[in-house]
Amino acid sequence: MGIVVEHLCKRFGDFVAVDDVSLRVERGQLAAMLGPSGGGKSTILRMIAGLEKADSGTVELGGARVDHMHTRDRQVGFVFQHYALFRHMTVEKNVGFGLSVRKVPEDEKRARVNEMLKLMNLTGFEKRYPDQLSGGQRQRVALARALAPRPRLLLLDEPFGAVDAKVREELGRWLRNLHDELDVTSIFVTHDQEEAFSLADKVMVIAKGRLEQSGQPVDILDQPATEFMARFVGDANVFDSVVRDGVALVGRVAVPVRGFEDGSAVRLVIRSYDLKFFKQEDGPAIVHRMLYLGDRVKVDASIEGAGPIFAQFPRRSSLLRGIEPGCRIGIEVTLARAFAKP
Amino acid sequence: MRPALTPTSRWSLLLRGAVIAWMLLLVVLPLVALAIHGLRSGVPFFWAAITEPQAKDAVALTLWTALLISLINAVLGTATAWLITRYRFRGRRLLATLIDLPLAIPTLVTGIMLVVLFGPMSPLGAWFEGHGIYVAFHSPIIVLALGFVTLPFSVRMVQPVLADMDRAEEEAAASLGASRLVTFLRIIWPSIGPAVLGGALQTFARAMAEFGSIVVVSGNVPHETLTAPVYIYGQVESGDSHGAAAVALALVTLSLLVTLFSKLMVRWGVRRHA
Amino acid sequence: MPDLAASSKRPPPWALRILVLTYLTIFLFAPLLALGVESFREGALSLWQGITEPESLLALRNSFLLAAIAVVLNVLFGIAAGLVIARQRFWGRALLDGLIEVPLALSPVMVGLAFILIFGRTGWLGPWLSQFGVRVIFSFPGLIIATLFVTVPFTAREVIHVLSEIGEEEEMAATTLGASRWQTFWHVTLPNMRGALSCGISLTAARALGEFGAVLIMGGAITGSTHTATTWIFTAVDERNNGAALGLSLVLGLCSVALLLLVEKLRARAHERR
Repeated sequence: MGIVVEHLCKRFGDFVAVDDVSLRVERGQLAAMLGPSGGGKSTILRMIAGLEKADSGTVELGGARVDHMHTRDRQVGFVFQHYALFRHMTVEKNVGFGLSVRKVPEDEKRARVNEMLKLMNLTGFEKRYPDQLSGGQRQRVALARALAPRPRLLLLDEPFGAVDAKVREELGRWLRNLHDELDVTSIFVTHDQEEAFSLADKVMVIAKGRLEQSGQPVDILDQPATEFMARFVGDANVFDSVVRDGVALVGRVAVPVRGFEDGSAVRLVIRSYDLKFFKQEDGPAIVHRMLYLGDRVKVDASIEGAGPIFAQFPRRSSLLRGIEPGCRIGIEVTLARAFAKP
Repeated sequence: MRPALTPTSRWSLLLRGAVIAWMLLLVVLPLVALAIHGLRSGVPFFWAAITEPQAKDAVALTLWTALLISLINAVLGTATAWLITRYRFRGRRLLATLIDLPLAIPTLVTGIMLVVLFGPMSPLGAWFEGHGIYVAFHSPIIVLALGFVTLPFSVRMVQPVLADMDRAEEEAAASLGASRLVTFLRIIWPSIGPAVLGGALQTFARAMAEFGSIVVVSGNVPHETLTAPVYIYGQVESGDSHGAAAVALALVTLSLLVTLFSKLMVRWGVRRHA
Repeated sequence: MPDLAASSKRPPPWALRILVLTYLTIFLFAPLLALGVESFREGALSLWQGITEPESLLALRNSFLLAAIAVVLNVLFGIAAGLVIARQRFWGRALLDGLIEVPLALSPVMVGLAFILIFGRTGWLGPWLSQFGVRVIFSFPGLIIATLFVTVPFTAREVIHVLSEIGEEEEMAATTLGASRWQTFWHVTLPNMRGALSCGISLTAARALGEFGAVLIMGGAITGSTHTATTWIFTAVDERNNGAALGLSLVLGLCSVALLLLVEKLRARAHERR
């Protein structure tokens, strides 16, 4: 079931949490809402579920307007950030709750609960209470509970926020597989870029209550629509310069820029992996430090007359040959994004 | 965040109305009755009623005994909280439970205990009397009774704050060369101060209100051992509700102010602590 | 009480031990012990006769009946107050929350007086009610009102505290799963209140059994009619009826200690659960 959100707005007092957001997710997609915390992602998710009332705008689920529909009638599975498991019910009762309240016959319910527990690798935990489970297990119970009534739509609010890094990665992969097995449309909220880009079919970046950009992960990575996007994704160096003959100078480093007239002031955003450093006696920059980060090396340098710049290389990269703190280097910018200076 | 889950439906309005009505009838109405009766013959009458010699002495006795026990509890209650939170010893849990006992024991039963202990018929009472110290039916026993009923307040107020305190702060101070006194004054006191004061205020309010234990132990001699609540009880018994209402109004106002202040104190302490 | 990781393994210093021990002995242990010793000296037979004489039985019956009524009404009010104060947002919510605690700050004597001013012979509602043959003062309804006033904070406070601490997410989760308002309350909210309600019930019962000042004034301690356990102890002391006074004191004391221990147990369990 597809989701179409049009011109959604929400204020809390003076604070504008969601500012005219329109987005769509196609049936069967796994979409990520990515952005800094406090940017309004969760609020949008809650408005889609009907847990929060929008000030204006519309929500369509499967082609039907649901704005005036109560949460309980929207048939949305929702996984809360801190799971919100019913603490006085066993795992079994938790998972079966959505079926009980809809008066599903007992044997059908039991079969479905067992099926879900099996799917979630929770067999054997039926009689446990939430406080007797690990974070990852609670997470899976929350998912099982949300999926048991066969929702058309699955919404997950920071689903892996409360588990540690390793479990997080595992659960992520597992969510992707699960999504592919079930006929469901999903949106998950996250502030973790890696999670969003590696799991989702579609990434929607939300910041300060606005939708900055949405699209396939590759497009968002390679074609940032705004300066914010260019700086938000990955680690970036930022320089201000002026265009002359299709080139912007950063110190003595020439950066090719297209699409700007001569004399226009531009802001350049250069990702740390879109750079090449090489040893050069009279080079325009000096290396200060080299940080060995496991499989990568981060090199801190400064361009004379322009300021600090950093780049990352694979540990054994030939680009690093001969480079050491204190030496002069030349810099080649393989890809830079230029935006009109605000 | 305001959840759409609980929109103001008819049911929630009904429930809210019921709760408000219950509080109005049970709590607000009596307060209003006291205020109106206490002031109904005007401020001069109100003033005359509370400055009438017997009333004045009763209020004075209540205030100074309450103040005394607040000070005692502030110091010794804090010491008790310190002992319970900072050290391990046998019987620690039992002690922690015993400290709560006065919350449960009827105050009248407290009075009986004290009469049994210090009454002129008791060995201890007789011994004291033989040495010219009069405990029962004199002011010392009022303080003892107040001490029993208010015992948990200071301890229970200071204890959680002490327990939550980060020992690392003290260790840091010590590592920087601070003496124990300086550590206490600059590190510990700023944290527990509000709780100590809040506990003292709570003790004060509770002590001012005490009736059950005192009416049995103090002898209730006007101008000497007649406390304000017992005075009010006497006035009501003899049919002078108006005079009683004036004194009651004054005390109730004071109690509410002290309680409010104690709550603010605690909240302030919590905020600073966080 | 939780065991505190921060507590030191060192034994407490002697000065602190002696200070705290002296404080607790004077104000807490000695009176408790005195009641035990005196009851023992009085002898089991005399105590038993005191407890089983008709007036004592009537007083005990009244006290337990009042406690039961207070428990039932306060459970209902506590649930309603919890749902309204911890779950609804409206103007004046904080004020309502504060009002619930007001009875803790007031002297029962002043409360009794205030209700006399309302329901007494010359009070606001007294004459009007007497037209219908309803008498509040010096009769059982008066005892009920007095008991309700002093017990109103206990259950409500526990429920409000627990509901605010737990938050609304579980209820929202129930709604997303298709539960109706009633289903959510019955299957999610109410079970979450269970611990708070048990605590509240015990505290309410203890407070109701121990109430003295307000029931003394409102009930008038009329022999054969409005005596409660506490007012009958008071009268028995006056009449030098030691068996009844000590016997009932012991019964009340033990009941309240049992209830207190129950509360501690419930709290400890709630703490573990979290």
